[in-house]
Amino acid sequence: MSVAPKMPKCWRPETKAHKFCPGCGHGLVLKALGEAIDELGIQERTVFGCDIGCSLLAWDFFNIDTVQTHHGRTTPVITGIKRANEDVIGIAYMGDGGGYAIGSQHLVNAATRNEKITVILVNNTNYGMTGGQMAPTTLPNQKTETSPYGRDVEATGNPTQGPEMVAAITPDTAYVARGTVANVRQLKKFMKRALENQISGNGFSFVEVLSGCPTNWRTNAAETWKFIEETMPQYFKIGEIKVPGEKKEG
Amino acid sequence: MADKPIEGEKRVFMTGNEVVAWAALAAGAEIMYGYPITPQNEIMHYWTRLAPKYGRKFLQTEDEISAGFTTIGGVLAGRRAFTATSGPGNTLMQEPMSMAEMMRIPVVQVVTQRGGPSTATVIYSQQEVTMTCFGGNGEGARIVYSTSTHQELFDYTIKAFNTAWKYRFPTHILGDGYQSKMRESLTMYDPASRGIEMVPTEPYVAKGGVPGIDRDPNHLRNTYNTEDELYDVVMGIMSDWEKYAPEIAEYQEFDAEDAEVLIVAHGVVTRAVQAAVKELRAQGKKVGHFRPVTLRPLAEEQLRKRAENAKVVLVVESAYGQLCKIIANSLYGLTTPIKKVLKPGVGVTAEEVVEEVSKLL
Ligand SMILES: Cc1ncc(C[n+]2csc(CCOP(=O)(O)OP(=O)(O)O)c2C)c(N)n1
Ligand code: SF4
Ligand SMILES: [Mg+2]
Repeated sequence: MSVAPKMPKCWRPETKAHKFCPGCGHGLVLKALGEAIDELGIQERTVFGCDIGCSLLAWDFFNIDTVQTHHGRTTPVITGIKRANEDVIGIAYMGDGGGYAIGSQHLVNAATRNEKITVILVNNTNYGMTGGQMAPTTLPNQKTETSPYGRDVEATGNPTQGPEMVAAITPDTAYVARGTVANVRQLKKFMKRALENQISGNGFSFVEVLSGCPTNWRTNAAETWKFIEETMPQYFKIGEIKVPGEKKEG
Repeated sequence: MADKPIEGEKRVFMTGNEVVAWAALAAGAEIMYGYPITPQNEIMHYWTRLAPKYGRKFLQTEDEISAGFTTIGGVLAGRRAFTATSGPGNTLMQEPMSMAEMMRIPVVQVVTQRGGPSTATVIYSQQEVTMTCFGGNGEGARIVYSTSTHQELFDYTIKAFNTAWKYRFPTHILGDGYQSKMRESLTMYDPASRGIEMVPTEPYVAKGGVPGIDRDPNHLRNTYNTEDELYDVVMGIMSDWEKYAPEIAEYQEFDAEDAEVLIVAHGVVTRAVQAAVKELRAQGKKVGHFRPVTLRPLAEEQLRKRAENAKVVLVVESAYGQLCKIIANSLYGLTTPIKKVLKPGVGVTAEEVVEEVSKLL
């Protein structure tokens, strides 16, 4: 007999096991998010928006009203809901392609307007859902389906520093952090602080999460974790980048 | 660096996406701009692997709006430039495509239709007919080839570059996810080996010389001050369109001449219809098929001639009437009734067509 693992209260047991590939980081991100929602007691008020990307597989993940939007468009849909109903806690959940490429104008403008929403962005250094193409976050020389000879930074630039960019364009009342699925306790803390910043009406909140995509990286478990824990942080600094009125952790 | 991607002729067995990448190489396409989307991805995957070997270029843009506009930029620089997309990506490309239509910019766009509306499915449909032919805030001065086999994907991808540069209308290859992903045999060839001459390209900007001294500057615009000014421009575009439409329009017929039931279908659906017509003819039934190869412009006169002699026209498509709208519009004034088999986002088999026709006879 197998015992079901302990799940966050706001998860929807009927849709578990989830739809992500074995070893995918998305499940861990949503675990941290689920626990943060539970601890803040906001399940009832929360509206979850998921992008097109592997985040779309979370369309029935929670016992939370959820809207699957278009690729890159989750930020404006959640912004629209929040502007029309301020009681809602709006979460926009997306990938690095969704947030930093096709949806970058929305991220930049929502951040500039200091929208009272929370954006959670999964950085797995590629376009997972479409089969592993280059993303804005792809590391220098990393091979993907559209950088088959390795990412050439001369021709395609360096990995996007998302949280740093968001921090640079938001006022002091915004919350910005970068966590990792390699430290779920810390990640949950970042998620809670991000959501609290929205609950208090303070301002925009943004959490990028370093996460694994073993399917498209074509890595085994050991290689996947090595990439997340050792390689990715060389380009993406983990920690809080902007904390309204508080000392940062990380 | 290798010179010609294909020397002479070569018999191959490959997916439609691979075919498009090879055809673009063979046509001398110099740069592709694109953004990932299923079922188009492998056109880019093959292109990014092959292009550097032949000195061709690639840019992955931040979205399809950008992919469409960078393709326009590539053409303005005088290059054989193309892009490929599908579904919601095609929706975003309507903004650049309408600029290309207004400014007569010969972009080539490959569309691998997927299910719609919205994100829908990544698999197959014929639901991008209206958008590819008429999307954007314009009149639809676009050339649209609807392919049905891998051989045609190869032939018409090459042809698209020539048609675009000859007539200076945006030109589209309308495929679908089935054609993209399925493997099929075909003959690839170097266009020159078949006497196909590639229409030369020319820059619209950076043409050399000092503008204002050596030559007039090229001031390209898409904005007009008055209704009358715009009217003249649009009427100029449309009068060229009307003039060239008959020489651009292509179609195929299968036992259409004496057909009592005339089946109209395009793209991959024509294959089911052709098989159905064969079977129905073997049963002694007077059934024929008209297949538009170009959906824009349509071979209207020929279609009317066949429809006029038929007892009924049957439109079969993997959409809810997008082809039918075009056909019905072209048959206006005739009394032949139009019946429909509409299957949005779903494939059509020969057996189904036989069954539907049998109901009519
Ligand atoms: C307008 C539009 N363009 C392209 C696509 C195809 N598409 C679906 S998911 C995806 C990439 C997803 O990558 P990312 O946002 O990094 O999320 P991941 O799957 O890696 O979690 C793309 C390009 C689409 N659905 N819509
Ligand atoms: S493709 Fe990658 S990101 Fe998507 S579910 Fe699989 S492992 Fe996760
Ligand atoms: Mg990603």
